[in-house]
Amino acid sequence: MGGRDAGPVDLSQHDFALWEKRVDALMVICSSKGHFTVDGLRRVLEDMGEDAFETMTYYERWVASVNQNLLEAGVYSIEELGRRMEQVARRGATYGEAAEGTADA
Amino acid sequence: MPHDHHDHGTPHSHEGMSPSGHPYRADNDTALTYWQVMEIAMRELLIEKGVTTSAEVQAQIDVMDSRSPANGAAVIARAWTDPDFRQRLLENASDASREMGFDIGPLQLIAVENTADTHNVIVCTLCSCYPRNLLGLPPDWYKSRAYRSRLVKTPRAVLGEFGLNLPDSTTIRVHDSTADMRYIVLPARPAGTDDLTEEQLARLVTRDSMIGTGLPRTPE
Repeated sequence: MGGRDAGPVDLSQHDFALWEKRVDALMVICSSKGHFTVDGLRRVLEDMGEDAFETMTYYERWVASVNQNLLEAGVYSIEELGRRMEQVARRGATYGEAAEGTADA
Repeated sequence: MPHDHHDHGTPHSHEGMSPSGHPYRADNDTALTYWQVMEIAMRELLIEKGVTTSAEVQAQIDVMDSRSPANGAAVIARAWTDPDFRQRLLENASDASREMGFDIGPLQLIAVENTADTHNVIVCTLCSCYPRNLLGLPPDWYKSRAYRSRLVKTPRAVLGEFGLNLPDSTTIRVHDSTADMRYIVLPARPAGTDDLTEEQLARLVTRDSMIGTGLPRTPE
């Protein structure tokens, strides 16, 4: 996107949430173990198109890209992911509730 | 006035701010989002498949949390006080940083030096590549469309938004990072710091001065 027009730089900052740090950690761990490359991460981010920059946050785009790369690498299947996401969503209404019952909770 | 702070002249209430002065981001106590569900599911599957463990994920987060611009500042202060180290840093910033005990990983790190007539600033127009091993996670603005789009085209205007107004005679060099090659700015040592120790000098080195959107502090 270098060279395009855009508005002023927004200098506000937020503290990273736990789920965002976990996405970052999973990216580093999975790429360092050879399941995908940073180029793979970026390819999916770029394939999302311009709209994704307006509608998704940074780590939302990242989790989508890491997931897509892991699916392509065959680390888990789309069926496994779908089933697990349904289970997770049923656990509760908040991130804290949904993350409970996992090895991390 | 160049500085690292996030409070760029906009008065705001600190109500609802975290101890570091940032607004809290939705986390454990707000409605679960689709993408959070995906993170939980992905992490659980990765643990079950033996790709990682919950301890490894937490350890990686701890590493991330332990990195801060203080790491980079220590490297810069060493370069200001040790001419041989400065030379090694400019030749191979990865190796010079490792010499000081910092884990740089496999990436190639390049230090670019500000001089009397040249100012350097870094960006990643492709995504968000950043010398995170020396500076920690990048600030939100570094990852923003506005910074990434405009810095390469109108660097003077963008730097002005950070309160850094350089004379027209100063050449501005914009360095575009890649996944494997990242830059850190070696700012010029401020005048009037001849008597300071390396530790005192390190405290003058701000995050933004190593990105190039600011200058080091001057001694009080």
